[in-house]
Amino acid sequence: MDLIGADLTEKSLKLHLEGLPGVDAVGLEQRAAGLGTRSIKTTSKAWALDTIIKLIDLTTLEGADTPGKVRSLVAKAVNPDPSDPSTPRVAAVCVYGDMVPSAVEALGSSWSNGKDDGINVAAVATAFPSGRASLAVKLADTADAVANGADEIDMVIDRGAFLAGKYGIVFDQIVAVKEACRRADGTYAHLKVILETGELNTYDNVRKASWLSILAGGDFIKTSTGKVAPAATLPVTLLMLEVVRDWHKLTGERIGVKPAGGIRSSKDAIKYLVTVAETVGEEWLQPHLFRFGASSLLNDVLLQRQKLTTGRYSGPDYVTID
Amino acid sequence: MTEIVKKSSFLDYAPAPESTSILHLQKSYGLFIDGSFVKGHGKAFQTISPATEKTIAEIANASAKDVDTAVAAARRAYDRTWSKLSGADRGKYLFRIARLVQERARELAVAESLDNGKPIKESRDVDVPLVAAWFFYYAGWADKLDYAGLGPNPRALGVAAQVIPWNFPLLMLAWKVAPALAAGNTVVIKPAETTPLSALIFAEILQQAELPDGVVNIITGAGDTGQALVNHPDVNKVAFTGSTAVGRAIAKSVAGTGKKVTLELGGKAANIVFDDAPIDQAVEGIVNGIFFNQGHVCCAGSRLLVQENIHDEVVDRLKTRLSTLRLGDPLDKNTDIGAINSREQLDRIRELSDIGEKEGADRWTADCVIPDKGFWFAPTIFDNVSTSSTIAREEVFGPVLSVLTFRTPAEAIAKANNTPYGLSAGIWSDKGSKILAVADQLRAGVIWANTFNRFDPASPFGGYKESGYGREGGRHGLAAYLESAGWSASK
Repeated sequence: MDLIGADLTEKSLKLHLEGLPGVDAVGLEQRAAGLGTRSIKTTSKAWALDTIIKLIDLTTLEGADTPGKVRSLVAKAVNPDPSDPSTPRVAAVCVYGDMVPSAVEALGSSWSNGKDDGINVAAVATAFPSGRASLAVKLADTADAVANGADEIDMVIDRGAFLAGKYGIVFDQIVAVKEACRRADGTYAHLKVILETGELNTYDNVRKASWLSILAGGDFIKTSTGKVAPAATLPVTLLMLEVVRDWHKLTGERIGVKPAGGIRSSKDAIKYLVTVAETVGEEWLQPHLFRFGASSLLNDVLLQRQKLTTGRYSGPDYVTID
Repeated sequence: MTEIVKKSSFLDYAPAPESTSILHLQKSYGLFIDGSFVKGHGKAFQTISPATEKTIAEIANASAKDVDTAVAAARRAYDRTWSKLSGADRGKYLFRIARLVQERARELAVAESLDNGKPIKESRDVDVPLVAAWFFYYAGWADKLDYAGLGPNPRALGVAAQVIPWNFPLLMLAWKVAPALAAGNTVVIKPAETTPLSALIFAEILQQAELPDGVVNIITGAGDTGQALVNHPDVNKVAFTGSTAVGRAIAKSVAGTGKKVTLELGGKAANIVFDDAPIDQAVEGIVNGIFFNQGHVCCAGSRLLVQENIHDEVVDRLKTRLSTLRLGDPLDKNTDIGAINSREQLDRIRELSDIGEKEGADRWTADCVIPDKGFWFAPTIFDNVSTSSTIAREEVFGPVLSVLTFRTPAEAIAKANNTPYGLSAGIWSDKGSKILAVADQLRAGVIWANTFNRFDPASPFGGYKESGYGREGGRHGLAAYLESAGWSASK
């Protein structure tokens, strides 16, 4: 809290967040568009496609989710392309809290359970996606998912409180949820803080909310729930990466970034890789520092990967739907 | 910060060269006079690629006699054809040219990058689209000249002699040719001797568009050809873009001849960054301001004026950002910094940089691998530059930024205006009222707020003081090619 240079109060938070330099929307979007024109070919493309797969949180977040659907998703996560065993695995599966036991069971020995080489289970919590519930409910939601084995918690911030300027409420909730991520053995599940940038509306707000989430102890900042349009965009992600870069410079700490929702093609995903590499550095292209929250992206990457390996385009029927 | 952004495997993007197979170049090019290519009577010269020093094609050299033939062709076309056409019909030709430029955009972009050395992403995304935009814009004006603010029935001047520089070869051609034709003039234009290629492909486009013979004549050659052209007694208008020294000579030589003149000359623009600026975008703007087109831009933001309390932060961020710039093959789609256009220009940049160092400024150069062949200069920043330094006074016309500081808006304005030039300026602040107040007091023809190096055909462009006179672009750009008739006729 030395950064704010005062005791952490509603007032000092407000002063700090409102003192951040502004964001020029036109300039930010131009820069993102410029990064999007990088042309990634041959060996760089092959590396990029494998990296994208390794960074995916393969996601299903529907009211209609069942243990069967989750099992199927997990099978895809473990073995994304049965026709090519060299295909890497995804980073995590992302499900609703009540589906965590099914995901853990389906993963079996592939479950990371705290190790580095397995697949993580991420659970959305805190009354996802709206976040409109009492703090007690949010904490119970979180603790339940952690107790069932969730390695990562994707929480949502209280956008209402944020837009009303009540930064202290948002801050305290993140701190409390982080505490609810504590496991019995004293370790913590990783906390991803969803800003829902589509509801924050301005880039200035996104920068403020990013700082707020990091100050409160989030391990990751995530753009969106995927339930609100627009979800992740390249300019928003660039802006969040800039905050993470600045935070690292100030504190030496590395915070992760997760764009989620709306990234469907390899071509788009590669633009994100370029943006990460040229903004915070290539070091961030690792699962503990960058993730894609996506479902249909994986299959497009697999098709592109097959094209690079075989020299031919196959078709959607040559990859499994889940 | 710099240690994280070090180049490594992914950032060393695999080569992504734009194919040159779309180009169908001749071994040698003649002069484009009266609708066809003819031999020149001077000693032909080679145009080379500044990135490889390899010859691209042999180019004809126009002698004084050839200049005479070209001007005569333009005069004939003016008297017999072009001045007889209605504005609507002239507009049709211009629209046709604009569409053909779009159709052949990739070819033109490749030619431009090959001959000039600029990155393909700039020729493809900036130069060529703007060329088309310029023709579209002035095509629309051709039948609306009564509304150009010059009174009813403004009249064309006649034959326009135009001499253009090598930094934006085709775009400068468009800036000159489009308004001249829309206003009803005919043209003899001379591209720079190091970058004639895109103009010669443009000549093919004129043939494709079936523009009447002689309306546009393109003659190639060096300084003496240009001199013969602007001094030709039968031209009515001289338009020049280039160095202040040459501009001054032209102004002298045409004085008293009755020729109308527009000059677009050098610049030493101030890019002013206030402490309430959107910092990340300002850094982008600084980079774009001075490293766009290797700094070969007359309106480049070559003097960074940064408020003292954010100086360290801005310079630090700038260095980090420059470390991600990619210098190399202009035809690679990932290249940010291409080749310096000529050995002569490279020598000039080196000379001025060495002077900057000797005069005590702190030199910092981005860590780039410089190719063995060709002309290259890595992005360079001079920090702690004083207002009296040579590099803060003289136009370097290369990827070299001078950093100066200021404490108050008044000091920023005084320092920004303290130059013999006055072409452009930039202001960075999140506070709109401050931007307007500062802009009001800057003596520069173009002022950008929270952006830099943005061009639009609807916006007039030109300078104060030694940056020249007259405006190009917009309605104002038409005035350079028209005379108020002072009477009205029913037509």
